[in-house]
Amino acid sequence: MIDVPSIADLNLTVTFPAVFLALFTMVVLIVDLFIPKDRKIRTAHLTLGGLVVAFVWNVLVFDSNQTALGGMYIADSFSGFINFIALTAAIITCFLSVDYLKRTGIEQGEFYSLLLFSTAGVMFMGAASDLIVVFIALEILSIPLYVMAAMRYRDAKSEESGLKYFILGAFASAFFLYGAALVYGATGTTSLPEIFASVEGIVATDSGARLYLVLGAALIFVGLGFKVAVVPFHMWTPDVYEGAPTPVTAFMSVAAKAGGFAALLRLMVIALPELTANIGDTIAIWQTTIAIVAAATMILGNFVAIVQTNVKRMLAYSSIAHAGYILMGVAAVGTIGVAEEATRAALIYMLAYTFTNLGAFAVVMALEKDDGSGTQIADFKGLSRSRPLLAVMMAFFMLSLTGVPTTAGFIGKFLLFGAALEAGLVLLTIIGVLTSVVSAYYYVRIIVNMYLEDGEGDPAEGATQYLNYATYAAFAGTLIIGLFPFLAVNLLDTMMIAGLF
Amino acid sequence: MALQQFAPIAALIILAVVLTFIISNISTIFGPSNNTSRKTAPYESGMQPIGVGMRRMPVKFYLIGVLFILFDIEVIFFLPWAVVFRDLGFYGLAVMGLFFFILTIGLIYEWKKGALEWE
Amino acid sequence: MIPPLWMFLTVAAALFSIGAFGVLARKNAVAVLMSVELMLNAVNINLVAFWRFGETAPSVIGQSFAAFVLVIAAAEAAVGLAIIIAIYRTRQSVVVDDVDMLKW
Repeated sequence: MIDVPSIADLNLTVTFPAVFLALFTMVVLIVDLFIPKDRKIRTAHLTLGGLVVAFVWNVLVFDSNQTALGGMYIADSFSGFINFIALTAAIITCFLSVDYLKRTGIEQGEFYSLLLFSTAGVMFMGAASDLIVVFIALEILSIPLYVMAAMRYRDAKSEESGLKYFILGAFASAFFLYGAALVYGATGTTSLPEIFASVEGIVATDSGARLYLVLGAALIFVGLGFKVAVVPFHMWTPDVYEGAPTPVTAFMSVAAKAGGFAALLRLMVIALPELTANIGDTIAIWQTTIAIVAAATMILGNFVAIVQTNVKRMLAYSSIAHAGYILMGVAAVGTIGVAEEATRAALIYMLAYTFTNLGAFAVVMALEKDDGSGTQIADFKGLSRSRPLLAVMMAFFMLSLTGVPTTAGFIGKFLLFGAALEAGLVLLTIIGVLTSVVSAYYYVRIIVNMYLEDGEGDPAEGATQYLNYATYAAFAGTLIIGLFPFLAVNLLDTMMIAGLF
Repeated sequence: MALQQFAPIAALIILAVVLTFIISNISTIFGPSNNTSRKTAPYESGMQPIGVGMRRMPVKFYLIGVLFILFDIEVIFFLPWAVVFRDLGFYGLAVMGLFFFILTIGLIYEWKKGALEWE
Repeated sequence: MIPPLWMFLTVAAALFSIGAFGVLARKNAVAVLMSVELMLNAVNINLVAFWRFGETAPSVIGQSFAAFVLVIAAAEAAVGLAIIIAIYRTRQSVVVDDVDMLKW
C-alpha cells in the first residue's frame, strides 16, 4: 500500500556535507556543555574541525549530480558551489569570532552551534529541490541568526537588532509561505522539477491556476527579497547590521544572502523559467519586475551609502547595493538561453563578495573597541601609518567592492554585466555601471581617510592572531579570484554545466 | 450567484443582533435593581479578591511554557507516523529513532543548562 | 456539503491581510508576534484547502507542509518571545516604537 523506501534509497553519501554538518552541530552543542567557561576556544577548534571535514567532503562529492532524500535534495555543482561559499564564510567567521567574542564579553559556547546551524541552513537551501525543504532550510538559516544578532545580552542596540531582524524575518517567511502555498495550489506539487513540468500546461490554458502561479511566484520573491535585502524590502538591513555583533553582521551579510539567492536562482532556473506571458515567448513574465527591483536596489543602496558615517551602516547599504547586482543576474536568468551564463556569473559574484566583504568586516573589527565603538569612518584616519598592512588590505577590499580591475569584484561585475547584456537588459546594465561609479565615492573615501587624512592612527588592538588569519584568508581569496579568474570560472564550469542544465 | 440567495443569512444576522441586544438588556430594564458592594463583587458571598487581576508572573513560567510548547508541538510528527507504523516497518522506526534522538539532544541540553530547575 | 474552494481561499487571504496589518500597525511586540502567527495560520488554511480540493488524492503534501509550518512557527515564536523578554528586562517596555535607538 505504501511505497516504503530503504535507507540506501536516501543516497546519503552525496548529502554528506550538509547532513554531517547538521549532525555535527548537535555534537558541538552537547560537547560545549562540558567545556569550562574559560576554555571556550576548544569549542571554536571543534567547530573549525567540523567545518573543514564538511569542506573536504564537499570537494569530494562536488560533481556527483544526483538527487537524494527521495528527490528533495539535489547534489549538483550548483549546490556544491553554494556549500563552498557557505563553508568558506563559516570558517572565516569562526576565525573572526574567537577573540572578538572574548574581548567584548559575549563569549558563549552556543555561538558556534548557532553558526553551524545557520551554515547548514544555507547548504540545504542551495540543495533543496522541494518547496518544503526550501522553507525549512530558510528557517534553519534564519532562526539562529535572530539569536546571534541579539547575542550581546543587556546591550540595547544588539537586542533591538535581534528584534527587528526577527519581526521582519518572520514577516518575510509568512510571505514566502503564502507564495509557496499558492504555487502548490496551482501545480498540485511542491517538487521544483514537477512544478517545472506543469508550468507549460498552465501557461497554455490560461486558467485560474495561472493566476495562482504568478501570484505565488511574486509572493515568494517578496519573501526571499526580504531575506536578501532588496529594495523595497531593505529597511531592516542597516539597523540590524549596525546593532548586531560585528562577526554576526559579517556572516549575515554573506551567508544569508548566498542562501537567499541560492533559493531564488533554484526556483527561477529549475521551476519557473517557462512562466511566460504567452506560450513561445523567450522572456519569462517575472523578468521585468526583477529588473526594476534590481535597478532600484542598486540606485538606492549606493546613493544612501554615500551619506553614512558609520562603517557598519555604510557596509550595510553597500550590501544592499550588491544584492542589486546579484539580482541583475537573477533577472538575466529570465531570458531563455542565458540562464546558464547568468547563474554562473551570479555565483562567481557571490564568491567574490564573500571574500571581500568578510575581509572588510575583519578590518572593521580590528578597529572596533571592546564596547562596540570605533566603527566610524573617521576612526580610519591615519591607519596607513599605524598599521600599514591592515590599511593596504582594507584599501584592496574597498577597491574590490567598487569593482576595479585585477580585483575579485571586477571579475564578478564583468561576468554579471556580460550576462545581463546577453539577456537584452541594456538599460539595467547601464544603471549597474553608473552606480558602480557612484559607489567608488564612498569606498574610496575610506582609502582617503586611511592615507591622506591626518590622525594619530588607531592602534587596532582588535587585530589579534585569529583575526589576522581571517583577514589574510579573505585577502588571499580576493586576490586569487582577481588575478586568476579562470580558476574560479573553471572550477564552476567543469563542475557545474552537467549539473544544472 | 444572485445576491438574493444571501437574504436568509442577512435576515439571520439582523435577527441575531436584535435578539441578543433585547435579551441581554431585558433584565436590567425590567428587573429590580438593588446593587450593594457585596452584590457586585466578582464572587458573591465568596472569597474576597485581593489585588488586581492582571498580576505579573515570574519569568520562570514563561521559560517552562516555551520549553513545553517546543516539545509538545513535535508530537505532530509522531501522529502520522503512528498511523502507518505497521506499513513503514523498520525504515520508519529507524527514521523516527533519529528524530527522537535529535529531540533528546535538545532535552539533554536544556537539562544540563538548568532550565528545568525551578529554583 | 463542503463549501467551494474559493471560500477557503478568501478566508485565508483575509486572515493573512489582518495579520499583515497587525504586524505593521500594532505597537506591542507580543501583538506583532501574534499577528505573524495569524499570517502563518492563514497559509495553513490555504495548504489544507488546496490539498483537499487537489486532484492528487493519495498524496499528503499539503498536510505535511502544514505540519512543518506549525512546528517551525512554534520554534520561531519561542525565539521571538525570548528576544522580547530580553528587551523587556533591559528597557522595561515591549512597545515597538520605544525600540528606536537605531535610525538612519
